[in-house]
Amino acid sequence: MKRQIQEEINQLKAKILHMGGVAEDMIRFSMKCFTERETGAGDRVFRSEEEVNRLQIEVDELACRILALYQPEASDLRAILAAMKINSELERVADQAVNITQTCTYHLFKEVPVKTMMEIPRMAAIAQEMIKNSLDAFSRSDVELAQDVLKKDEEEDTLKSKVLSEVIGMIRRQPSQTNQLVDLILISRNLEKIGDHATNIAEDVIFMVLGKDIRHHAQ
Amino acid sequence: MTEKIAVEVEKLNAYFGALRAIKDVSLDVLEKKVTALIGPSGCGKSTFIRCLNRMHEVTPKARMEGKILIHGEDVMERDPVLLRRDVGMVFQKPQPFPSMSIFDNVAAGLRLNGMRNKAVLAEQVEKSLRDSALWDEVKDNLDKPGTSLSGGQQQRLCIARALAVRPSVLLLDEPCSALDPISTAKIEELILELKSGYTIVIVTHNMQQAARVSDFTAFLLLGEMIEYGVTSRIFTNPGNKKTEDYITGRFG
Repeated sequence: MKRQIQEEINQLKAKILHMGGVAEDMIRFSMKCFTERETGAGDRVFRSEEEVNRLQIEVDELACRILALYQPEASDLRAILAAMKINSELERVADQAVNITQTCTYHLFKEVPVKTMMEIPRMAAIAQEMIKNSLDAFSRSDVELAQDVLKKDEEEDTLKSKVLSEVIGMIRRQPSQTNQLVDLILISRNLEKIGDHATNIAEDVIFMVLGKDIRHHAQ
Repeated sequence: MTEKIAVEVEKLNAYFGALRAIKDVSLDVLEKKVTALIGPSGCGKSTFIRCLNRMHEVTPKARMEGKILIHGEDVMERDPVLLRRDVGMVFQKPQPFPSMSIFDNVAAGLRLNGMRNKAVLAEQVEKSLRDSALWDEVKDNLDKPGTSLSGGQQQRLCIARALAVRPSVLLLDEPCSALDPISTAKIEELILELKSGYTIVIVTHNMQQAARVSDFTAFLLLGEMIEYGVTSRIFTNPGNKKTEDYITGRFG
């Protein structure tokens, strides 16, 4: 017998994965905007944000409907709780991509170009990979992959610290470029945050699969 | 652990003729807690609680093996009548004594036990009706037939009748399955109030009810106890695949 609730949970998961795909693209285009100074890429990020916002509401409505109609228990309940939490994380990922794009288009482009810091596109690639893997882990209930995401976050944090110390040195050497150099710190901070959201998603996946809450004492 | 065990069941087997309806079930029921028994029809939930007050043996060809201790005493060594006074039972369908008034329904058990003092009777009846959250609704109509009440009120009357003889353990066999949602909510609220004074074992088909009212849940399947644990865990993260499949509606 096919369970009706399973159909609805599958729909919920599909919406989350779709939303995740859009958020990943947003990270990619925000970086394109940063490295290539391409305003078209920026416009795409702004347009996608509207889609993510719409999906966020749809996910919440569907989750609310399933909770009300089926009063789910056990793994069903955990899947819905995880989906609701991942929903918020993805909306924030999208916000970070928007922030990066805004920093690029409103500030950086107006200033003298600085030497591109390779750590930033590297951070973006890691953040994007972390989001992708955390959502693959969600889709396949793959605890091992979720744990890989948690490990990857350290790499992101190390890069962020590297950017910070390098930029501080650059500000000392070229104080006239302080404004745009501070923007680099902001962008690295946005990317680090995306890594943190991916970490939260991975923790939600582990909770969904194992029923184990590993937040704040992650292994 | 500071919690006391009220009912200790060890390797219980219950039979109807050749049919083994309960298979080697061992379980400790904690004092003044609500323990829910869940499982599909025919899994042995009702048979299990009927063993606790020796109602099972009343059925022709039925017998049980194993050990049941209530407050440390072996139920097989106790007088069944006294045992059933200490271990009260409420059934699925409200069954007030049809020829009796509301008052007499509650007083019946006390009178059977030789209580004749009218003032004490009245006091005990009032206390039981208050404890079963029915007093305010019936206090002006105590002489009306018990059957004149609504289904939900009749069920609370039956609970009052069970409470009147001061049991320590209360067995509820699907007490809400014949009631509307409002009456069900009242009984659930009552269960939560009663647990400060009584050890309660409830059989229910309503999973959400078990989740709402009980502290511990046991899942039975084909006479075997598959899993027993703290309710909040059983309903969020059961340890056994069969429990998971049952509570999420994959079978049963």
